[in-house]
Amino acid sequence: MTLRQNAILEVDALERRFDVSAPWLNRLIERKPRRTLRAVDGVDFVIKRGQTLALVGESGCGKSTIAKLVTGLHAPSGGKISFYGDRDRLQMIFQDPFASLNPRWRVARIIAEPLRTLRPETPAAEVSARVDELLRTVGLAPADGLKFPHEFSGGQRQRISIARALAGEPEFLVCDEPTSALDVSVQAQVLNLMKRLQKEMDLTYLFISHDLSVVRHMADVIAVMYLGRIVEIQPTADLFDNPLHPYTRLLLDTIPDLEAPCRDRSPMVGEVPSPVSPPPGCSFHPRCPLAFDRCRSERPQRRASVHNRRVACFAAEEGSSDVQ
Amino acid sequence: MSDVVLDVQNLRVEFPTRKGVLTAVDDISLQIRRGEILGMVGESGAGKSMTGMSILGLLEPPGRIAVGTIHLSGDRIDNLDDRGMQAVRGRRIGAIFQDPLTSLNPLFRVGDQLVETIRLHTDLDRTGARERAKDLMREVGIPAVEERIDSYPHQFSGGMRQRIVIALALCAEPELIVADEPTTALDVSIQAQITALLKRLCRERGTAVMLVTHDMGVIAETADRVAVMYAGRLAEIGSVDDLVRRPRHPYTTGLMGSIPSLRREVEELQMIPGSMPRLNAIPKGCAFNPRCSHAGARCRQEVPRIPDTATTGAACWLAQTGTTVTQGEPA
Repeated sequence: MTLRQNAILEVDALERRFDVSAPWLNRLIERKPRRTLRAVDGVDFVIKRGQTLALVGESGCGKSTIAKLVTGLHAPSGGKISFYGDRDRLQMIFQDPFASLNPRWRVARIIAEPLRTLRPETPAAEVSARVDELLRTVGLAPADGLKFPHEFSGGQRQRISIARALAGEPEFLVCDEPTSALDVSVQAQVLNLMKRLQKEMDLTYLFISHDLSVVRHMADVIAVMYLGRIVEIQPTADLFDNPLHPYTRLLLDTIPDLEAPCRDRSPMVGEVPSPVSPPPGCSFHPRCPLAFDRCRSERPQRRASVHNRRVACFAAEEGSSDVQ
Repeated sequence: MSDVVLDVQNLRVEFPTRKGVLTAVDDISLQIRRGEILGMVGESGAGKSMTGMSILGLLEPPGRIAVGTIHLSGDRIDNLDDRGMQAVRGRRIGAIFQDPLTSLNPLFRVGDQLVETIRLHTDLDRTGARERAKDLMREVGIPAVEERIDSYPHQFSGGMRQRIVIALALCAEPELIVADEPTTALDVSIQAQITALLKRLCRERGTAVMLVTHDMGVIAETADRVAVMYAGRLAEIGSVDDLVRRPRHPYTTGLMGSIPSLRREVEELQMIPGSMPRLNAIPKGCAFNPRCSHAGARCRQEVPRIPDTATTGAACWLAQTGTTVTQGEPA
């Protein structure tokens, strides 16, 4: 793939496998084979500077593994991640604001940590001025820096996480389910804050969520994942207006809609298969209403000829050739 | 009215602590009829689970019902002792909790857990109970029942486990089911399967359901009526349609506005400034008044009540005096 203009992150054929075999002795005695879990199985996408790309999917689809691969917390088993920015200016916001802040540290120390690590020569007075400024940016008071994390509510803690991520003056933020642990009214506050900061500081987000309505609000481009693969990737408006993959359609149909209460729908049948032994061919075929023989044997790819590499689905391919 | 299954009147739950008495549930009145699903919605700490727990008689000491009555099909159940409540719980009121893994005993086969519960509540013998267990498993949509009945809980997926928990709740054909966040631990596609199942069972069997959740989407999808809780009190109660389309309490309005829409794009989500007060610092008057953009002098002094909780209403002075409550501007 050629370098796209203005790209900040380019991910190409990214793979991550985990060895989930039984212990060596069990394998020897019980003759169990080695087993690998393909958490991320050939994923590619590009994020442009200043944009938000969202990864959505159900639990176990590999979206958090991608976050860890991009931030370097996991090493890829295959493929390439190219980051055209300053590695030091890549930060992460985690899902659980109760687990991601050190309970023994005061908030000011938590927020100052990236500064002290990345720019140890910064004078103490400057660090504390910066911490005060960051606290104000995220809607807290400088006096809050003297408190401990347990004195804050979930939403306020997530603001502290955001302030910490901003301390290193990042250009790229990986946000792994930043609002899933929060109540809706607090979620709205945090989402609005993240949008405002993106505009003011020209931030790029890799935004991971299972909630399509949150993603619709935040993302410029949405990648829908299923069992370690991207099945569809489209600009947000296009994805909602014209979902191409049957999984996306079913997902959109499954979400409770506040504007149409009490409707009776037929929920999606079946469950996500185990990533240790995914079905052959297209991994969605056992649940897909459109599946035919080819889907059971061959794995669909995102092709340039089919909706400009937006969807990996044989049914969508056939559909698009009908139109042409 | 004979079809009222659950009748809660002026329920007040208190927790005595060293620093004083905390009121977790404050003067809640509500009714659920046969075959009706009442959704209880609110943010964490609003008292919705606490209401469910007091109906089940499962309040953790020192929590206690200080005031109020709970009637189940005309029988008073809030003043029963432990043994009396044990005869009600499971038999007349079924319970479904959030985490299906912790609701099941990991050391016993699911079939045995079902058989045990059925035999406890009915006078079926072992063979009869096993047949009934199979029927229940079929009814909640578990495939290949003959093979699955002797599996252990860990051999099921999350969605299938929750189906087993629902089957357990149905064992004694209860009049009422209290479902506390039954779909929160599940993925959306599985969540939809479970809510559809609850809805079908409620309709077919005429069971009344109290569905406690923080997810307004699940409520909109499943419930007939909704009760919105805020800081231990009922803010608003009414039909799902009314609440979603014509919310009357400013808190409900704010809550609806803060949910990102699937239909259209908005530049900024509505926000309710601040956060819900802690139980030891509930403001005087309407608990919502410090966050409300319409609050007046009366709101800061007097606690508003819902006039007739049996049907529909909002605990808001403005809504009651007929003032139209518009949505507050995004802060």
